[in-house]
Amino acid sequence: MSMEAITDKHGVKRYLITLNVNGDSYTKVVKGNTVLVNVLRDDLDLTGTKKGCELGDCGSCTVLMDGKPVNSCLVLAVEADGREITTIEGLAQHEQLDRLQDSFVNHAAVQCGYCTPGMIMSAKALLSKNPDPTEQEVREAIAGNLCRCTGYVNIVKAVLAAAKAEGGAAR
Amino acid sequence: MDQFGARGKVLAGGTDVLSMMKQGLLAPEVLVSLKNLAELKQIYADPARGVVIGALATHNDLADSPVLQERYLSLCQTAHHMANNQVRNTGTAGGNLVNAVPSADLPPLLIALGAAVTLVSTGGSRTVKLEEFFTGPRMTVKKDNEILTEIVIPDNSFTGSTYHKFGLRRSGALAVVGVAVAVAMEGDLCRDVRIALGAVAPTPIRAFKAEEVLKNRPVTDQLLEEVGRCAAGESNPISDIRGSKEYRQDMIRVFTRRMLKKAISEGHV
Ligand SMILES: Cc1cc2nc3c(=O)[nH]c(=O)nc-3n(C[C@H](O)[C@H](O)[C@H](O)COP(=O)(O)OP(=O)(O)OC[C@H]3O[C@@H](n4cnc5c(N)ncnc54)[C@H](O)[C@@H]3O)c2cc1C
Repeated sequence: MSMEAITDKHGVKRYLITLNVNGDSYTKVVKGNTVLVNVLRDDLDLTGTKKGCELGDCGSCTVLMDGKPVNSCLVLAVEADGREITTIEGLAQHEQLDRLQDSFVNHAAVQCGYCTPGMIMSAKALLSKNPDPTEQEVREAIAGNLCRCTGYVNIVKAVLAAAKAEGGAAR
Repeated sequence: MDQFGARGKVLAGGTDVLSMMKQGLLAPEVLVSLKNLAELKQIYADPARGVVIGALATHNDLADSPVLQERYLSLCQTAHHMANNQVRNTGTAGGNLVNAVPSADLPPLLIALGAAVTLVSTGGSRTVKLEEFFTGPRMTVKKDNEILTEIVIPDNSFTGSTYHKFGLRRSGALAVVGVAVAVAMEGDLCRDVRIALGAVAPTPIRAFKAEEVLKNRPVTDQLLEEVGRCAAGESNPISDIRGSKEYRQDMIRVFTRRMLKKAISEGHV
């Protein structure tokens, strides 16, 4: 194994990993079975990323890994070694909310708020790849993010409006 | 893997292994990650062997692959409609096969296209036809010390292919039935056909009798209906929360007919 491991007196192995999270580099010591979401929440205090089903169904733990949305509950921390991670905390720049975040607020796309961070990360990945999506494409992109308040109508509106606003700025 | 035997498990995307471990359904002592084997992520056309899909290619890698879009768009469509975007970014083609869940979405179409897999261990490598790979739910001929390295679709005469996952929801639902077909048309005669069904038996199966019904006869709507009926008769589904045996068999009839019509008239879709 190429990764450095430290074995403690109980025989438990720990590994040294380096994560780039929201542009900052962190070096952490993690157990082999630690999942990424727990490093983000417990070690780095980035509690914007939520835990729901912890089985990859609900999407509340969605973060971007090298720009692509993944369920951070199903990614081992050691597997994220050397990768670039973006969480919801990484979107606002200098206290200025991301256009998507603004749009969610303005369209009342946030009800209880639990799904919101994951929902926005999925939408962010979509707009980076496809700045002018159709409603169908938006729905497909967020299909892995469950909103149990069932506020999908406004969520879809918010994403489409953010896309429009971004397109406008580019033109 | 030689060193760990049954105590070890390969970790690819982890979408299945980690869910199972969290639910206490699996407790390997050692997980062996394949992520540093970047060459197993490639998808390319090899003039001597056909289209090669590295085992570590994710479902989104399949969906976005220019080679597959040109040759087997049906496979891109299948991958694109699996799971959800997050799982498609991590879940791999190899994991989907080795997992060997009867309702898995990639096996039927790959079987219809005549794919084979390469299994490698320190003792050497062997090639197994995908239709001979599965032996039961979550069981395959792969030995504990073997790694699946690639999936190969040999060049063939098929003019069309398609897969339909009939699920209860558009996204994130397992297949109630999955129907894949590949056809080689010459005018209105079907010279060769392979029909593979998922979620209707302990392993994906071929509907051999139905294939024979279709071959070398002018294609008409009545003939396709007859083929669908025959395929339904060859399947042996269970009744469960997603559908009864009778319902599944009827859906096999309907979707075999519809998928054949689609592949015959639209090509690889
Ligand atoms: C929310 C959710 C939705 C899903 N939806 C679908 C769906 O719609 N359709 C569908 O078919 N599946 C679905 N799945 C199942 C699963 O994601 C896929 O089967 C996926 O392709 C598994 O790949 P993986 O790389 O994550 O496998 P892993 O979890 O890493 O591995 C799965 C099994 O295969 C073995 N393995 C993996 N790769 C290799 C290899 N190269 N050589 C030897 N052994 C190997 C592992 O040891 C393990 O036993 C879903 C899963 C989740 C969590």
